[in-house]
Amino acid sequence: MSEETIDTLKPGVADQDGSPNAPVSSATQSGSSPAQRAWRRFKKNHPALLSAWYLALLLIVIVAWPVALKIIPATGPHGSAWAKAYAPEELSDAQFQSPSPQHWFGTDEHGRDVLSRVLYGAQISLLVGFVGASVSLVIGVLWGSIAGLAGGRTDSVMMRIVDVLYSLPSIIFVVVLITTLGQKLKQMPFVRHSPGIEHELRLMILFVGLGAISWLTMARIVRGQVLSLRTRQFVDASRTLGASPVRILFRHIIPNVFGVVIVYLTLTVPSIVLYESFLSFLGLGVQPPMASWGSLISEGVDQINPIRVYWWMIVFPGGVLVSTLLALNFLGDGLRDAWDVKGS
Amino acid sequence: MHRDPPADVTIINFSEPQSLDPAIISAQPDMRIVSGMFEGLTRSDPKTGSAVPGLADHWDISADGRIYTFHLRTNLVWSTGEPLRAADVVYSWIRTLDPDTASDYAGQLFYVKNAEAFNAGKLKDASQVGVRALDPFTVQVELNHPTVFFLELCAMPMASVVPRQAIEKLGDNWIKAKPLPVSGPYQLAFWRVNDKVRLQKNPRYWDAANTQSKIIDLLPIVSASSALNLYERGQVDIVWDKELVPTELLDVLLKRPDFHTFNYLGTYFIRFNVTRKPFDDVRVRKALAMAIDKKRIVERITHGGEIPTSHFVPDGTAHYTSPEGLGYNPELARKLLAEAGFPGGKNFPRMEYMFNAAAGGGKIHEKIAIELQQMWRDNLGVDIELRQLEMQVYLSEQDALHYDISRSSWIGDYNDANTFLAMFVTNDGNNRTGWSNSHYDDLVQQANETTDAARREKLFQDAETILVRDEVPILPLFFYSGINYFDTNKIQGIYNNVVDLHPLQCIRKVRNSKPEIRNSEQ
Amino acid sequence: MYFLRRLAYMIPLLLVISAITFWLVHLAPGNPFATERAPASPQIEHNLRAKYHADEPIWKQYVRYMGGLLHGDFGPSMKYRDHSVTDIIHQALPVSMLLGWLAFGFAMGVGLPVGFATAVRRGQWHDYLGSFLALLAVCIPGFVIAPLLVLGFAMKWKLLPVALWASPLHAVLPTIALGLYFAGKVARLFREGMLNTMQMEFVTAARAKGLGENTLLLRHAVRLAVLPVVSYAGPMLADLLTGSFVIEIIFQIPGLGVFFINSSLNNDYMLTVGLALLYAVLLIVLNLAVDFAYMILDPRVKYE
Repeated sequence: MSEETIDTLKPGVADQDGSPNAPVSSATQSGSSPAQRAWRRFKKNHPALLSAWYLALLLIVIVAWPVALKIIPATGPHGSAWAKAYAPEELSDAQFQSPSPQHWFGTDEHGRDVLSRVLYGAQISLLVGFVGASVSLVIGVLWGSIAGLAGGRTDSVMMRIVDVLYSLPSIIFVVVLITTLGQKLKQMPFVRHSPGIEHELRLMILFVGLGAISWLTMARIVRGQVLSLRTRQFVDASRTLGASPVRILFRHIIPNVFGVVIVYLTLTVPSIVLYESFLSFLGLGVQPPMASWGSLISEGVDQINPIRVYWWMIVFPGGVLVSTLLALNFLGDGLRDAWDVKGS
Repeated sequence: MHRDPPADVTIINFSEPQSLDPAIISAQPDMRIVSGMFEGLTRSDPKTGSAVPGLADHWDISADGRIYTFHLRTNLVWSTGEPLRAADVVYSWIRTLDPDTASDYAGQLFYVKNAEAFNAGKLKDASQVGVRALDPFTVQVELNHPTVFFLELCAMPMASVVPRQAIEKLGDNWIKAKPLPVSGPYQLAFWRVNDKVRLQKNPRYWDAANTQSKIIDLLPIVSASSALNLYERGQVDIVWDKELVPTELLDVLLKRPDFHTFNYLGTYFIRFNVTRKPFDDVRVRKALAMAIDKKRIVERITHGGEIPTSHFVPDGTAHYTSPEGLGYNPELARKLLAEAGFPGGKNFPRMEYMFNAAAGGGKIHEKIAIELQQMWRDNLGVDIELRQLEMQVYLSEQDALHYDISRSSWIGDYNDANTFLAMFVTNDGNNRTGWSNSHYDDLVQQANETTDAARREKLFQDAETILVRDEVPILPLFFYSGINYFDTNKIQGIYNNVVDLHPLQCIRKVRNSKPEIRNSEQ
Repeated sequence: MYFLRRLAYMIPLLLVISAITFWLVHLAPGNPFATERAPASPQIEHNLRAKYHADEPIWKQYVRYMGGLLHGDFGPSMKYRDHSVTDIIHQALPVSMLLGWLAFGFAMGVGLPVGFATAVRRGQWHDYLGSFLALLAVCIPGFVIAPLLVLGFAMKWKLLPVALWASPLHAVLPTIALGLYFAGKVARLFREGMLNTMQMEFVTAARAKGLGENTLLLRHAVRLAVLPVVSYAGPMLADLLTGSFVIEIIFQIPGLGVFFINSSLNNDYMLTVGLALLYAVLLIVLNLAVDFAYMILDPRVKYE
């Protein structure tokens, strides 16, 4: 099962044996701080810079659009009608309209404005991606750091657990998680009281599920990093000075690992977003009538046929997804190149 | 990879068969294959779908309509050469009814005396069941009451004749017998999982002279776009399952001569869980029912020429005209909802409409759900959430009555109103709404016990009126359109009937004919 | 030695995996025996469940299952009643493996040269083009690429069959559709590895010694640069060989990928556990092979 697993990070750069190739931000040179040097390097990387701008713009639009749709109706009936035409879940009679000045991205089978759905879908997809990646980040970093620092028996046991989980086909776990928690959710009392919460909770399950299957590689990498870091002098110095392991963890290890980790975060998000689109293809993603890029694309895929193509149904959601994923990758690459002190 | 010699006819049959054992299958694609391999006392006429002589070449019916005496043909043999006699017929029926076989369709044989008790395990002696072999060529069946569609039931897979010799030897693995003895027009050449089922002409079939094609391939494809592409490129000849139709393209495709629609005995409807508030209030159910514009759904979403409906039993059902149910009346709907205590939809509790997803398959249920949601919101001010579930979860939730509103459909097993109305009798396994009405139960039972056709129709009409007008535990949306596609110049022997039964042995491909011109190629 | 120990360690690992998976699939809601048409009486389903021991406590079912495993019996499929899990794996695995190896070959055959070229010509247009294409391959979902390929090559230009699995020609589009993503990944990994290696000290030293640029690259740098790819090859192959749901559904290929997904969705307990074990075995064996390859390629790596 190929795309059905999340391959988040490339092993090998800082692999499980803690090979000496692990890039480490070093503070050995005098003069401008590593952060400043990294920033300068980053600015020279045009694709990365462009991507950063694109993502920032996207973020602004994604946040502003729903707000606009909420505020504008307050300006009167004209505004209300306008907001109604562009509400992402409001059906209309204008089925399958091709792109026009009224509907830049056209409309879909139910007469809904595709641009609006793409923007709302962006919220979901990016949220899923970032929160999922963050979940994997938190679990992975903690797990890997603790294993790496503790060493010995604890390390062994913790990494064995990672081995076992790694050998499970993730789709089984995802299906079980989504179906089981989805059901249990209904029965929880607080869901009955505040019904709106259920959507959010269902999304949360999605994030947690996706994050939970991608933390493994993160843990391995972080452990590798930690293993190579702990032999370094400043850690020894700390220990000699009597710092507790927790303190060492938070003050020394994690900030040093941070750089690598942030980079991999931006590279994990695309992976998770793609996996969400696969789940939508299976019918396990976000619930209708909510949209995510994945669900929009799996609806649009039907348009790839030899009879009649309503091209805007696949080109726009697909195009936005692909450009955003490209941008995230360029950004991640750029960050990694900038942080990597080994030279140009 | 297997390079097989080409088949005479290649058909896309929708899902991979769960089994080829006639006693345990319940899905239509499985039945289409099995009917080609195992035959019963009667078989289906290709043009009308009604019962015509099969393994039995004639029969007598007693005056009270309860005793059928079937006379088997005298020349019947299995594909492997053993003689086929009345004892085999009895064996097969008892096997279907045997509780250990766990047959889903055994219920269709409950019209036979003592069959239900035997199936429930209350009766242990199989010889008490009302089917027996009077002599090697005569089978006598005793029914509980006259049953108009009984001969059609005899043509269904659960009543077909299965090889005792293989089953006694191999038990549950009898399908793997090589060679597999069959009683029908085709034997199983091979069955490759999720790849194809290849059927080969059975030369020992009593009517083998009329079997039109030597080799038929049935492919388990569930993606409508793959099916269409394969057909357009000429890699398959026939695509026949309503799930395999790309609904967004239907408005273009139906203009072509190779796409056919026909009336079909199947209803797409909605179930209300009447055991849950507020659906225990009939006014709420009626309000929700009258707020749906079914015409809109059929025109905007399904495109297949489906017939929007207010009643449950499909038009075209034999001997029957349905009464009218509740139409589209948003005004009245709002009034009823207000009476029930939810004026303008205020305080209406959060409810969910449940439907099933198909991995990689069509999204028609989702699309209909979205339209329904909007209509309920616009017309009543009621916000119904959507809940998409995997098939098995959806089925078990529906069965356990863990839902509020559920999407449903029902395909008739035979051409009679009973197959649609019997299911809502109290505690019937297919009821799945929690609804119970003893008057309804009585009407259905009386209808099944009378021989007077006119009275029967009236009784059913009264029952259906309760179902779709007075109590409304269900909301019928539309009748399915049967849809299939094949080039009628090339493929002959398929006649579109309301039960969508197309016996495989009648299908043949005409060689060297001109293909129909399809607009997309001009 | 090291490898034998790893192999021996596989047994307890598989035991744990089988237990976890067994527990997980029973946790999921849904009833594998539920059908659209309810059986005539509750007795029927009761009998069916008894036949499959579905109502026994989970630990008992598990013990029974492990007992069967010892005889090489993976149990019956609860959804496909005429086939056992072994039947299904026996028929579908070779198909997935064939397609998997072909896609692997494609991924390596396209990814490695592209990765090499973009690393060696860093900063030039070859690099920009190649890197962009590799990235693109990784960012487009498979269920979009596959229909696009079909629309173009099979429907419009009629060069290749649309679907099914009956001749070598049938394998072309699925291989490309499946392999493109991995080709992109391999290209990016190899480029990364090459760039890292080319900066390493022993390379600069060798360059100083005056070795020709080409010999240099091919002999020294590549061996190390390919390590990240080798690492990735393990899990990549495990996924490829067990089949891709998307590709198999779109091209109607009778492989294992469809069964992987559907068995979970159908609550087909036996099939799901059997497939999970198969995947685990493949992954472990492949990871061992990867470690072995590491040992050969990187002289610094030693296993104790």
